[in-house]
Amino acid sequence: MALLEASEVTKQFANHLALDRVGISVPEQSIYGLLGPNGAGKTTLIRIINQITGPDSGTLMLNGRKLRPADVVQIGYLPEERGLYKKMKVGEQVLYFAQLKGLSRAEAWKRAKYWFKKFEIIDWWDKKVEELSKGMQQKAQFVSTVIHEPKILIFDEPFTGFDPVNASLIKDEILFLRERGATVLFSTHNMSSVEELCDDITLINKARVILQGNVDDIRREWAGKEYEIMFKGDSVLQENDHYKILSKKKDNGKTVIRIETVSSIGSNDLLQIMVKAGEIISFNPALPSMNDIFIKVVQSRN
Amino acid sequence: MSKISVIIQREYSTRVRKKSFIIMTILAPLLMAAIFIVPTLIMTNESQEFKKIAVVEDGSDLFREAIPSTDDAEFVYLENVDIDEIKSNFSEAGYYGILYISPLVVNVPNAVQLISKKQPPLNLTTYISSVMEKEIEKQKLLAYDIENLDEILKNVRSRVSIQTIRIDDAGEVKETSTGVAMVMAYLGGFLMYMLVFIFGSQVMRGVIEEKTNRVVEVLVSSVKPVELMMGKIIGIALVGLTQFLIWIALTIGVATVLTKVIASKSETVIETVQSMPQSIVSGELNEQMSQASAQQASLNPQLAELMGILKTLKNQSWGLILFSFIFYFLSGYLLYASIFAAIGSAVDNETETQQFMLPVTIPIILALMVAMGTMQNPESSLAFWFSIIPLTSPIVMMARIPFEVPAWELALSMGLMVVTFVAFVWMAAKIYRTGILMYGKKTSYKELWKWLKYKG
Repeated sequence: MALLEASEVTKQFANHLALDRVGISVPEQSIYGLLGPNGAGKTTLIRIINQITGPDSGTLMLNGRKLRPADVVQIGYLPEERGLYKKMKVGEQVLYFAQLKGLSRAEAWKRAKYWFKKFEIIDWWDKKVEELSKGMQQKAQFVSTVIHEPKILIFDEPFTGFDPVNASLIKDEILFLRERGATVLFSTHNMSSVEELCDDITLINKARVILQGNVDDIRREWAGKEYEIMFKGDSVLQENDHYKILSKKKDNGKTVIRIETVSSIGSNDLLQIMVKAGEIISFNPALPSMNDIFIKVVQSRN
Repeated sequence: MSKISVIIQREYSTRVRKKSFIIMTILAPLLMAAIFIVPTLIMTNESQEFKKIAVVEDGSDLFREAIPSTDDAEFVYLENVDIDEIKSNFSEAGYYGILYISPLVVNVPNAVQLISKKQPPLNLTTYISSVMEKEIEKQKLLAYDIENLDEILKNVRSRVSIQTIRIDDAGEVKETSTGVAMVMAYLGGFLMYMLVFIFGSQVMRGVIEEKTNRVVEVLVSSVKPVELMMGKIIGIALVGLTQFLIWIALTIGVATVLTKVIASKSETVIETVQSMPQSIVSGELNEQMSQASAQQASLNPQLAELMGILKTLKNQSWGLILFSFIFYFLSGYLLYASIFAAIGSAVDNETETQQFMLPVTIPIILALMVAMGTMQNPESSLAFWFSIIPLTSPIVMMARIPFEVPAWELALSMGLMVVTFVAFVWMAAKIYRTGILMYGKKTSYKELWKWLKYKG
């Protein structure tokens, strides 16, 4: 059963339809990606899940039950526009947010100290936020998102604005938290992170869902035309009527050639040709990158 | 702890710990006191300098021994001096100044000159002119050759000072003073205006801060927008109350010390003045009055006046005043604070608030003006209406209370305030919850009206 389920969610703003019967189904302990161009409706959907605004129609279910106000304590949210009170001490501020999520002050204090030590910002506990570097502020924000051990973690554009070191730290923490039982939902433009982390995705464009499902399945579905063949040593492969060569790379005694079929030739027949062109190490349909799929799908719909 | 109380606690403690709060709490009453005390000190210091004045009369000796010396001035009559000579060396001779009287003085007012190095204080010149006027009158009367002139003059001279006493239905009498009532009305109204404005705008600034540094989105994923708004408003109200109570405590402390100091200097006056109201009712009028007036005349007039003021202050119904002040401060603040919160949520930065500030400031300024007028005329219909209408009543009613307001008017005014601020808080919450997440939109009143109608 899906942990979080949204169906037929619609939201109309004054002059602009933000969501048009959008539905997603997030399995428990999975990492779910919410993709889409700017203005597609991702942030609106995320705000509705966080009960910051309400939908005009549609339902949201958490654990098989309708989403209620009390459920906010089960959700940790790091918004795209992340903010902290500049003149407030960072330790105290994290405690404040934790208490608003339902933790007692004592418990919040214990956990906050743990996380601050883990992220190596413990020495800055009593400093005002404006005295911290951006990276440290981001770490503090991350702490306040996870401190109450929520079942669902929602990140709106988590990698934007983080320097590469911290982005990598976040990625590791996301995987670590999932191992500990959390379910993660994040929206992003960063397609390589989608390939690295996500199990399932939904692609939204202009308020509608245009692609949805398991990442590997989607990539395989969109494959079919591209192949990647690895030869030992060199290869004498030439182009012909059946395919064209996209790239040829020589590396470490191996040659990797990427081709795209232009005829309806099947993989077995193609393999026959390849066998004659060199010593094959591997022969694989090349999975298109999520980046390419994203562009193709969005453009075809526009 | 409920979420609102977590928010209230945060809003309160971050503001109370700021240095600016501590400084304001201690400085403001000191500044107020200084504004009153320093000019008085300057004036009294001037007159304490003992002045020796040489009296030079040209061509006659009407005023020889005619000007009695006072506590701070001695008049030395000089005979046969050359005015020009004395003008050049009076300072070395130890004189503060020269009083030069020309022979025309009986008919020409400014035939008298006071020549000195420093500008003489007002009370000195007033004293000299009144003494000289009386002397001239006396001389002119003497010319009519009336019998027993001295006796007649002594009996004719009189001094009247009005003591205001209010009597209520139960027959209880209270000594009052219009002067004191006016000062309290002014203070009450002005203080209300300042407090509502200062703390109301703190709410607005807090809302804008949360919007500009984007912390609001994190907050509303944990609490409902209305909880955030109310938490902020109540937290800041507590800051205001705390500051106000500290001021009251300080003022009472100072007033108690002052009263004790003065009381120890003039205990007999207290007893006499205290027993006066009762004795008027019981009819022992004349004897007590003449006794008291003799005492008062012999006492330092300023001290007696101060005692009178303190007595009057003691007689005000402090319980009612304090209660009303706190009620109107809270309800007026809640009303305006919710307006300020709504405005803060509708804009992206402080400069954009200007367009909304004008309609908010107008009722407050009107209220202040009417409050000033109230002091002159507490029973006017203008004062009445403005003390009932909720937007202006906190300021105007506070100005009316020292003049005693009928209970039903007070009840009506307070009832209307409660209904109105509840309505305003409800409307503000609707605007607030839409505004805090809205950026970049040019907000106009039409926009705000639309937000009022959005459903959750």
